[in-house]
Amino acid sequence: MASAALPRPDAELVHTPPTYAEVNRDIIRTLDPPGRGWFIGMGFVLMGLAFGGFCWYRQLRYGLGVTGYEPPIFWGTYITTFVFWVGIAHSGTLISAILFLFRSGWRSAVYRASEAMTVFAVMTAGLFPILHLGRAWFAYWVAPYPNFRGVWSNFRSPLVWDIFAISTYLTVSATFLFMGLIPDVAAIRDQALGWRKKLYSVVSLGWKNSDREWHHFMRMYLFLAALSTPLVLSVHSVVSWDFAMGIVPGWHATIFAPYFVAGAIFSGCGMVITILVPLRKAFHLERYLQIRHFENLAKLCLLTSTIVAYSYACEFFIAWSSGNAYERATFYNRLFGPYWWGALIMYGCNVFVPLLLWSKKIRTNLTWLFVISLFINLGMWFERFVIIVTGLSHEFEPWQWGYYTPNWNELGIVAGSFCWFSMWFLLFIKFFPSLAISEIKEALPPPGRTEAGGH
Amino acid sequence: MATPPVSANRAGVVGVFGTLDGLLLAAREMKAKGYANLRVYSPVPHPEIEQALEKPVSPVRLFTLIGGLTGCSLGFAYAISTSLDWELIVGGKPIVSLPPFIVIGFECTILIGALMTVLGMLLNAKLPKFGRSPGYDARFSNDKFGIVAFGGPQQLAQADALMRAAGAEEVRDV
Repeated sequence: MASAALPRPDAELVHTPPTYAEVNRDIIRTLDPPGRGWFIGMGFVLMGLAFGGFCWYRQLRYGLGVTGYEPPIFWGTYITTFVFWVGIAHSGTLISAILFLFRSGWRSAVYRASEAMTVFAVMTAGLFPILHLGRAWFAYWVAPYPNFRGVWSNFRSPLVWDIFAISTYLTVSATFLFMGLIPDVAAIRDQALGWRKKLYSVVSLGWKNSDREWHHFMRMYLFLAALSTPLVLSVHSVVSWDFAMGIVPGWHATIFAPYFVAGAIFSGCGMVITILVPLRKAFHLERYLQIRHFENLAKLCLLTSTIVAYSYACEFFIAWSSGNAYERATFYNRLFGPYWWGALIMYGCNVFVPLLLWSKKIRTNLTWLFVISLFINLGMWFERFVIIVTGLSHEFEPWQWGYYTPNWNELGIVAGSFCWFSMWFLLFIKFFPSLAISEIKEALPPPGRTEAGGH
Repeated sequence: MATPPVSANRAGVVGVFGTLDGLLLAAREMKAKGYANLRVYSPVPHPEIEQALEKPVSPVRLFTLIGGLTGCSLGFAYAISTSLDWELIVGGKPIVSLPPFIVIGFECTILIGALMTVLGMLLNAKLPKFGRSPGYDARFSNDKFGIVAFGGPQQLAQADALMRAAGAEEVRDV
């Protein structure tokens, strides 16, 4: 990715704090015209997206019969992938908002890419409830709007809560990302020429780094972070209630909200590592995305993995201690039923593989981290698959039992969703700085000083 | 460092500083001399700049509060009024079921609160503003700090001298 224009910093330089001018230079350089690698990547992504589009077209044309849905399982791959993408979004807000409130200095290097990941992941997640519909063109019926029938949405339904939660999350996280970009876009504007200067002048809203602007901006940033923090915790709780409010054995549990939130942050941190490792290599950002940043992300993964493992154990304990035959049967079925392979992947990737991160040697090795992060992504997709599909496949009576496997049409749409997400991310890194210029400077000593100070 | 001759038609002067400490020294000195309408440019926000300029608390928080309260009220009002508009009993629950409506009220609190916070910032920071800002220099988004003083010819001559004494790399008319 434009590697010719970006020299790799030598080993000594990597450990030297950059100056303000070097931060501008190095980060604005990532916006240089894309190289061959970027175009090849974009080509693959667009092909995958076209295939996903074709699969959706088939579904619209011939109906949901083209999927692998098998009675009684009608919440399958699409709802699994919806929850997966909403979960991915969560760590971005954790890093940009919650760690901001905790004044964690290390977040400044990783927060912009994570926040962009959040927005694109929610944009991807939002497609799935629509993809899941038989008549997708009536998706707007779920929104509460005045209509000639005089009927409103049922506000007691978790599906309507979901509409409010996801649309609020998309709006607020996109606003947070855009507002955070303004000072950086102004810095790019000041060095850009031609059409780019005009574009960035408009996007920066005429920002000039004045004391008045910073004064109100920082207050706004604080309050957006304060509002985003409960929001992020609420969104995955609401998503979990899509299941927990139902009476399906294995779903109907009060533990679901914290269990889902921990899982979301776990999967999101995994995805941040998956994205940042290649980004660091492609743009030679070793001086900014340091090993300690990855180590901190790995520690977050480890922490949330232990919370997730504890939740898994609690689920089994609750099923046993409840004395409820259906709950017990569901959890026995999860381990020893026809979907044992899903549970094996889920527990293996989410509980046992992250244990490797206890080793400092492994969590400071980017190759290991990257591979582990892929396992985390896989494991967390399967977690949702196991919860949703095995739950529905083994309800109260034997005549309700069934077996479902996703077919190529559904998997094509899932692959298309990854390409949709990647397309936005590839575009983002070439139009906007994937590292936060002003926040990285804030963490550095100002010119003429040796200590950073600051907020 | 020689002070340049004072021009009669200058509106203000801008000093360009290479260090934060130089900027802070100039800002404090000028504040002490009674310069009220100073404008400071900085590539990063810094609490010491706010202290030097004796900034009052930003009113953005009021926008957040009003937005949050409005959103909360609207969220509950929306769910309650639409439920009363068509009294359909679902699952044997009351028509106005407040516990599930908390979710709607909460999400609307966050949504309207966040949007009002942004509006508060834009109004108070006077953004968007696409015209020229007096004294702004592209270096202020890179690694330099700037301070602009406005006033009459004598005040500007004094500001010019103060900035140079504080270590300004460059002082010019705006």
